[in-house]
Amino acid sequence: MNTRKKLSDLAKTIRSKNAGTDKITFDIIFREKATYDMVKRSGALTPDSVCALLKVDPARLTDFVEYDPAYAIKFTILRLRPSGSAGDGDIFGAQQYAPFLDLEVDISA
Amino acid sequence: MASLRIICPNGHLGFAPLKTESFHIAVETKPDFIAADSGSDDIGPGPLGHDVCASPKAWQEHDLEEMLLASRRIGVPMIIGSAGDTGTNSRVDMYVEMIREIAAKHKLPPFRVGWFYSEVDREFVRAKIRGGSPITGLDAREDLTESELDATNRIVAMAGVHPFLKLLEDGCDVIIGGRSSDSAIFAAAALHKGYPEAQSYYLGKVLECASFCAEPYGAKETVMGEITADHVEVTAMSPSQRCTVASVAGHAMYERSNPFHEFVAGGMLDMTDCHYDQVADKTTRVTGMEFVPAEQFRVKLEGSGKVGERFVGMAGIRDPYTVANVDAVIEWARNQTIERFGPDGWELHYNVFGRDGIMGPMEPLRDQPGHELCVMVQGVAPTVEMAEEVTMTGTRQMFYARLPDVKGTAGGVSFVLDEVLRASPAYRWTLNHTMAVDDPLELFPTHSDMVTGDAA
Repeated sequence: MNTRKKLSDLAKTIRSKNAGTDKITFDIIFREKATYDMVKRSGALTPDSVCALLKVDPARLTDFVEYDPAYAIKFTILRLRPSGSAGDGDIFGAQQYAPFLDLEVDISA
Repeated sequence: MASLRIICPNGHLGFAPLKTESFHIAVETKPDFIAADSGSDDIGPGPLGHDVCASPKAWQEHDLEEMLLASRRIGVPMIIGSAGDTGTNSRVDMYVEMIREIAAKHKLPPFRVGWFYSEVDREFVRAKIRGGSPITGLDAREDLTESELDATNRIVAMAGVHPFLKLLEDGCDVIIGGRSSDSAIFAAAALHKGYPEAQSYYLGKVLECASFCAEPYGAKETVMGEITADHVEVTAMSPSQRCTVASVAGHAMYERSNPFHEFVAGGMLDMTDCHYDQVADKTTRVTGMEFVPAEQFRVKLEGSGKVGERFVGMAGIRDPYTVANVDAVIEWARNQTIERFGPDGWELHYNVFGRDGIMGPMEPLRDQPGHELCVMVQGVAPTVEMAEEVTMTGTRQMFYARLPDVKGTAGGVSFVLDEVLRASPAYRWTLNHTMAVDDPLELFPTHSDMVTGDAA
């Protein structure tokens, strides 16, 4: 039996956005507590796993929190250069979440 | 007073027009204040540095007109923060003038308009540095140096509630703010009426992005916040939206690095122990917020510095061999530019859409480019003429790139336009810092005047 599902099939919201001029923050929000708890248990989203997926040095991860009131996992990274510098492909930081859509979660956790 | 109600029709006034249906529904409930933020640093450093808006004037006027007519009709104050996207002095003056024009157009009875400025002179900041009061970097930035200050064209300070409170105390009916914290616009109204700090700042926090705290997703719809001495309730005004526990709690984390703390001039809103209850179909109640006053009064500064003039070019690639070797193509064009202009004093930036144009080095699929690519070229240089030639060299030389095994020898890329386009100058965020001040109003001079729209 397949015990893996994509994060996009489990989460209500997967988004990214600037948090000020120097950071991008990611929100993964679930509809039900059970799903949120299961994804937390699965270990699919951890400080190490998100840094690995985005290929960023862990020193650039400034925050990683599990936010129970919203059934949400939230993490924030420092940009290499401030938003809107020439060459920045995403001034709002709003399209950086896409790799998390296909993240595989072990739902037997 | 048992409670106070504020409506917010737009999370960034001017950036896109407010939706009138839910706004009109909200106005009919006779709120105590109508307020909206008009600024954001999301738009990049260009508008602040160049002192222009990111929003079209017609959309700003649309929302200011809707809000002014409603606020004068029901006789409640209207408050706007961060005028014209950036909250610079010229944007404040522009909004005050728009208010006068709208009042004249509709022959409105006299009212008092108040405004404050947020720009900070570079020499004021320099004196702080030289006086031993460091300008402290946020988000892993170093403390501000004088050389970085010299590279800065324009600085705004982020106002807290203080100038808004002053103008409310002065009896202003309409307030146009310079750069200000989103939440302060609303918190000031509640503080002015005697509500506690924690609830007041939370009210501001939840209202500042209008319907982003409601679901289903739909921007630019009006929401209403109601504050009492011990809770905040937020209600969606659009017939198609609700404020749910999930949508309101979810909004607490929007656009900030963590969901627990919101820093403003003068303190910090602590949302760690917030509790959310669905008290009606469209309404969520929030309790448990705390406010922690700051030990030292520090104000956030935003600064933007010009890098140079900028042009944009575009090139397409369809040959799979060239797609696979796009970095070599770019390298060729860059080297031709070095041959012409030397190794520095200009910049070329390449975004390779179809490979990693959006995410850059963070793109996990960087080694799986699409079957066609669009390369966006940006050239930056001190003068318009040089920027144009740098960009033209960096774009057109891709056409002549010498790849060893290419079959197509008549041109290495496609052009939609065989020209380069002048873009806004390139700026960069030079300040994301805080500065200590003695007086909360020191950086934010306030003014007010009567508007006599019905005077002949």
